Amino acid sequence: MRNLVPVLTVVAVIFAIWYAAAIVLNAPWAHNKAERAGTELTFSELVADTWSQNKPKLPAPHQVGAELWKTTGEMVANGRGFSKRSLIYHSWITFSATGLGFVLGTALGIALAIGIVYNRTMDMSVMPWVIASQTIPILAIAPMIIVVLNAVGISGLLPKAMISMYLSFFPVVVGMVKGLRSPGPMQLDQMRTWNATPAQTFWKLRLPSSMPYLFTSLKIGMAASLVGAIVGELPTGAVAGLGARLLAGSYYGQTIQIWSALIMAATLAAVLVGLIGMIQRMVLKRMGMA
Amino acid sequence: MSWLVFGFLAWIGGWWLNHVLSHRPRTRFTGLAVPVIFGLTVVVIWESLVRGLEISPVLLPPPTQIAATFAAKTHILWEDFVQTVLKGALTGYVLGCGAAFLMAIAVDRFPFLKRGLLPVGNFVAALPIIGMAPILVMWFGFDWQSKAAVVVVMVFFPMLVNTVEGLADTDAMQRDLMRTYAAGYWKTLLKLRLPAAMPFIFNGLKIASTLALIGAIVAEFFGSPIKGMGFRISTSVGQLALDLVWAEIVVAAIVGSAFYGGIALLEKALTFWHPSQRGRA
Repeated sequence: MRNLVPVLTVVAVIFAIWYAAAIVLNAPWAHNKAERAGTELTFSELVADTWSQNKPKLPAPHQVGAELWKTTGEMVANGRGFSKRSLIYHSWITFSATGLGFVLGTALGIALAIGIVYNRTMDMSVMPWVIASQTIPILAIAPMIIVVLNAVGISGLLPKAMISMYLSFFPVVVGMVKGLRSPGPMQLDQMRTWNATPAQTFWKLRLPSSMPYLFTSLKIGMAASLVGAIVGELPTGAVAGLGARLLAGSYYGQTIQIWSALIMAATLAAVLVGLIGMIQRMVLKRMGMA
Repeated sequence: MSWLVFGFLAWIGGWWLNHVLSHRPRTRFTGLAVPVIFGLTVVVIWESLVRGLEISPVLLPPPTQIAATFAAKTHILWEDFVQTVLKGALTGYVLGCGAAFLMAIAVDRFPFLKRGLLPVGNFVAALPIIGMAPILVMWFGFDWQSKAAVVVVMVFFPMLVNTVEGLADTDAMQRDLMRTYAAGYWKTLLKLRLPAAMPFIFNGLKIASTLALIGAIVAEFFGSPIKGMGFRISTSVGQLALDLVWAEIVVAAIVGSAFYGGIALLEKALTFWHPSQRGRA
């Protein structure tokens, strides 16, 4: 709570800069209009105009807010919350790909991590490639994955989810390998004195002690898989989803639409990561680790 | 059919070889050989699967065909490399990391900024920043300037958060020692806190290196001149020239790994004193 004042100050400064930048960036168009109309703009008129243009270079925050309200709250109020013009619908499309990819990526990541921890050959051969796979800009092949999977008849949710999976499995592997290896020799010896089977060691010692690592990686993985889903929507021809809204907005110069999709994506990311944080606090509390 | 058998044998052989190698005492040779054998096995299996199952090269070209395309189209690949990597990604990387570094020092100097900006920075670092790409392309035009701008925005926050964390990594005893030497703020910063922050700074630089390449390539999907890796990938996919796409991916992979590896080498040279580096010979 003692961070509240500084954070609010920084946020206020960001908004101030945003409004000022909107004036500067949109001024040329305002002047252009005034010149053609043969009128001279006073400063207050200029400000009023730059903050209310239809296709501004940088929409003012209240314009984005109004657009957001128009495409979410107002549509719900009219009972059309799930129509194709509503951002809730597009967020849902993106979220479903994100969620599926995240679940698949987490499962793959945990499976790989268990293999790496228990199998020396896998540790030495797979681990370097897992790391190398992330120095490759995976997002760059997103369009190709979509097109190829479309060609073999897989379309819709799964191709996007695959990209999300590819992005989210990596943090999980790295975090889980670290977590599963976190019990010290002392604890492992203790398990041995109890004559624990390898399965018991896994379920009662290794898995519980990897939980803090797992949740940290899950947060990163969730953010990554949202990015994957958004980029995965770009080449599908701007049909549905937040990425499609971004692309459509950039085709038609609808800056307000781009910004509202962006804010929606940011909100979605914050909600999803916050949700994992909440589950983390609850689980770790029950386990006596937080 | 014979291709499938060959691929299966290659898989068994590669796995057996790795199994034997990895159960011998760890040396530099086995540490290098095992992943290389694994990679080669994957490529051989890929080739034999594509040939054995007669998968259309439009869907998944075999590695040999990709290599042939790579060799035949080096001039195109080079042109794209210059446009995307040297002009877009590298410029943005230097500008973004430099700006984040200076900002981090300012943030560290003023606790108010630190308490206000860090939570915001942490929040922003989790956001899908790549979504800024269409806006920045609109502002800075189609050429590499807009790509560099996207990269700046993408690398800024991870770098900022890491550097600030690093600057806080000295303990009271070390700072007290500097005070007994009558060292001022700048001297302490230069001689104690920046060197101590190096491992964190390099961590940020490494994360930023992969982000930079992704940012530059994805930004080209939103509009670019008729060259560049992202442009080539998106147009070649449209023409179903997947061998060229894969060649671009190979370039991206090589560049990405080299970029990352170069920073790792630099880190090794500059932070040789850190525990995480001392263990490795």
